[in-house]
Amino acid sequence: MKALLMYRDRDFDPQRKLPWNEQALIQDLELNTLFNAMALGEVFLFEMAKEAILGSLNDLDTIRYRQNILKDCLENPSIVRDIYAIAIESIEKEKKNYFGMFSKYPAAILHRSIDVLQMFVDMLKKLRTIADEHADEFKSEGFTIFFEMLKNELGDEYFTSVQNHLRELTFRDGVLISAELGKGNKGTHYILRKLQDKKQSWVERIFAKKPPAYTFSIADRDESGARALSELNERGINLVANALAQSTDHILSFFSMLRTELAFYVGCLNLHERLTQKGKPLSFPLPVTPGERSHSFSGLYDVCLALTLEHRIVGNDMHADDKDLVIITGANQGGKSTFLRSIGLSQLMMQCGMFVPAESFCANICDGLFTHYKREEDATMNSGKLDEELSRMSAIVDNLRSNSLVLFNESFAATNEREGSEIARQIICALLEKRIKVFFVTHSYEFAHGFHNQKRENAIFLRAERQTDGGRTFRLSEGEPSPTSYGEDLYNRIFKAAN
Amino acid sequence: MSFQSILFERTEDSLKKETLAAPVFFVDLNLNQIIDAITIGKDEYDLKPFFNTPLNDIDAIKYRHEIMQDLENKTLFEHIKSFSQKMRIMREHIAKVEKLYYKYQKESWFLDAVEIYCDAITSLVHDLSLAELRSRGFLAFREYLANYANSDRFTSLLAETKELKADLSSVNYCLLIKGNSIKVRKYASEIDYSIDVEETFEKFKQGAVKDYRVEFSTWPDMNHVEAKVLDLVGQLYPDTFLNLDNYRAENGEYLDETMAVFDREIQFYLAYLEYVAKFKRAELKFCYPRISNEGKEVYNYEGFDLALANKLITQHNSSIVSNDFHLQDKERIFVVSGPNQGGKTTFARTFGQLHYLASLGCPVPGREAQLFLFDRLFTHFEKEENIKNLSGKLQDELIRIHAILNQATSNSIIIMNEIFTSTTLKDAVFLGKKVIEKIIQLDLLCVYVTFIDELASISEKTVSLVSTIVPENPALRTYKIVRRPADGLSYALSIAEKYQLTYDCLKERIK
Repeated sequence: MKALLMYRDRDFDPQRKLPWNEQALIQDLELNTLFNAMALGEVFLFEMAKEAILGSLNDLDTIRYRQNILKDCLENPSIVRDIYAIAIESIEKEKKNYFGMFSKYPAAILHRSIDVLQMFVDMLKKLRTIADEHADEFKSEGFTIFFEMLKNELGDEYFTSVQNHLRELTFRDGVLISAELGKGNKGTHYILRKLQDKKQSWVERIFAKKPPAYTFSIADRDESGARALSELNERGINLVANALAQSTDHILSFFSMLRTELAFYVGCLNLHERLTQKGKPLSFPLPVTPGERSHSFSGLYDVCLALTLEHRIVGNDMHADDKDLVIITGANQGGKSTFLRSIGLSQLMMQCGMFVPAESFCANICDGLFTHYKREEDATMNSGKLDEELSRMSAIVDNLRSNSLVLFNESFAATNEREGSEIARQIICALLEKRIKVFFVTHSYEFAHGFHNQKRENAIFLRAERQTDGGRTFRLSEGEPSPTSYGEDLYNRIFKAAN
Repeated sequence: MSFQSILFERTEDSLKKETLAAPVFFVDLNLNQIIDAITIGKDEYDLKPFFNTPLNDIDAIKYRHEIMQDLENKTLFEHIKSFSQKMRIMREHIAKVEKLYYKYQKESWFLDAVEIYCDAITSLVHDLSLAELRSRGFLAFREYLANYANSDRFTSLLAETKELKADLSSVNYCLLIKGNSIKVRKYASEIDYSIDVEETFEKFKQGAVKDYRVEFSTWPDMNHVEAKVLDLVGQLYPDTFLNLDNYRAENGEYLDETMAVFDREIQFYLAYLEYVAKFKRAELKFCYPRISNEGKEVYNYEGFDLALANKLITQHNSSIVSNDFHLQDKERIFVVSGPNQGGKTTFARTFGQLHYLASLGCPVPGREAQLFLFDRLFTHFEKEENIKNLSGKLQDELIRIHAILNQATSNSIIIMNEIFTSTTLKDAVFLGKKVIEKIIQLDLLCVYVTFIDELASISEKTVSLVSTIVPENPALRTYKIVRRPADGLSYALSIAEKYQLTYDCLKERIK
């Protein structure tokens, strides 16, 4: 039995290795803000949100599979949260019934397993009841199959047969064990055997041929004899205790998997509720295949900024279909970095099957997302800084493939502009030839202008807007790179504020 | 000729009395370390008497060389090894029989011991029949073994053993434990309940989970409840258990004496070859020396000190320096001088070790060797302990040397190391010359390690060897010992060379 709510055909593996640049992505895109909004303080939800979002999907099919399940969740939030609660309760009750010091005795293992199984059976019955009552309200393929499975596998008959086992395993009629002679004629291969039913009639019993049998008893005061007898007993039930304990583990892992897979959706519910309260638009994105080039959206905003700031946030529109290169120039604090972050965030959210922070959104799937941001540390040693930047770039290049997406934020500016832009130019030209999609935020007029002069069909230039009074709109619009970066404005504003 | 022993072709050669005492020179030559390392973990075979007793007959040495060479075949070696392993397990079983309490258990362990023995014999017959043997020893042994394996004594033992084992393994019974009573009866095809349970919960299976099976003690002993159950099983299968009783009673003398002796003696070869393999892995060479008891021309190329090499390989994994030597015509005595810590003592030990190991019939370190079959080997190494009393020490030394020179014959070997350091140079030169003249008179083989250069060129019988250094770095030891006149200058010269201050250098430099 599997939940199969994250993939159509396999389990979600939270132990899976995250992309090597996990730390850079979390730092550059401020992902912890997003994870926290999904977790609402629950460590487990935080971890699962992180696993799901960083473990990007690369196929349209699974993205749509999750999107549909998520839509069901948004329609039936309380039922989904109920199922999640059952999973958590089962796991916690199992944890409370611990082995303690008796885990070396099969009898104790067996006893504990019977208790736990009894509890699990009750929980499974609860799940069955939910399936019976609410299955109709869910439309997605994932939930439909999930509820079907509960109904089929956990029928009344099944529960009865489990109960019978649990009763028989208390061995009211004694323990029957078969054995052979091992080394030194010691008994070996102890195997628990099922006692024959006693449903023979008395006539049959009298006339049945009795095979020879010998019986002896341990004297009441023979303590070592009693110990020896109980050890024989333990040897006999060793395997069945193991089988039963392993079964409880399997059922536990069913609940764990259910919890793991639902955690992502519960996290989505949390985020959705929060953003809707704030009146932010959310929509399900339209992903297209990695080979295509599409990036068109309206009202795209930085979800992390929206979660932390109270005031109104400007959304951006862009129509960059068939483009491989997006170069963003313009005013300081004009919203360039925020825009770049919203590109990264929306890409990750789309590729884990989530909604995105936009009124509408369509983009191609990318095969790996990479960020190369200017780092603030080590500001004193410029040569060392460029060295560091290039070494990070080199690590990225080791992992790049065609259809990857790379976000550059003021990269290669740790040297003079001419050198920096030449380094950047050579890198970007190579990436484009390898069909890698690039967003590049830069101050470097030389670099941006150079690409603009190439008149490439597949490049688009955005500029941080500036109103005539020098104030910023935080909106970006298409436009040729301009030679100054409005540093003057910034200077003026800051100095005015200081005066 | 019928087979006697794998160590000695003729019975009269075999050890008259096995002695545990190692020859006195073992400590000086570090042979005690070597033999300890060879015999480690093989105490049960008591091999030291074999290693403590040199042979004094060339043919007896060849007899061992042939066997050793046969055993250098990896396959044969492994087969013999596996035979010994089985014999060892058999002995462990017999020891267990003595320790156990319950009759049916004793009988079962005894049966297993014999089964292992039978297997050891039949496997060895098969293995040897395929082996290409050349040595007199192994050929005779193979013949003996084949005859033994075909004897009625062995074949009936084998048949009886197999039958009884089969009967016991077909025993299959059931216990019904209820309260404090146990019912014992034959097994009647009841189903495995664990499988039934597993099937019920099959649908939840999610991949690997923890193993909850409890490990039960596996001591061979039984408690009285198990013993009682076994008695009742005996009643369920009365014929089988009666046969078991009779088997034990009738086969007490199953072990063949010659096979038991072979199992011990062959360990001499296995132990030595295993020890040698360690050095061969480090790309050091071993060879079968030519042994002479007449001519005193000896040589060895790429030889090394086994005890030192063992230490270097196990502890430091550093490279091992090998050395050559040869004595020809009238040459009898190596006088070794040169810088301290340059490998002089090591060279002296190597010379002694090579001759001793050769006298055991073993291959020796080196690429190629001719060695002398000595009648006695003497060593005189400086004793550190008496350093307080210098005059007493000199006296002790002279007493010991006198004793050696009195006992030595022209067929002996003497190894002297740094003697007379406890006196003045003048005395030392005088005493050294006297001693070496005695040795020259005896015409025996000798290594004489000394700091006195004058001794090196005292006679046509002496050969001067010096330890050397690296010219560019005098602090670095090469441990190479080379034939060169002892001028007492080689060390100082090489330092001078390093600073371009030698005569030749200075001629060039001063224009």
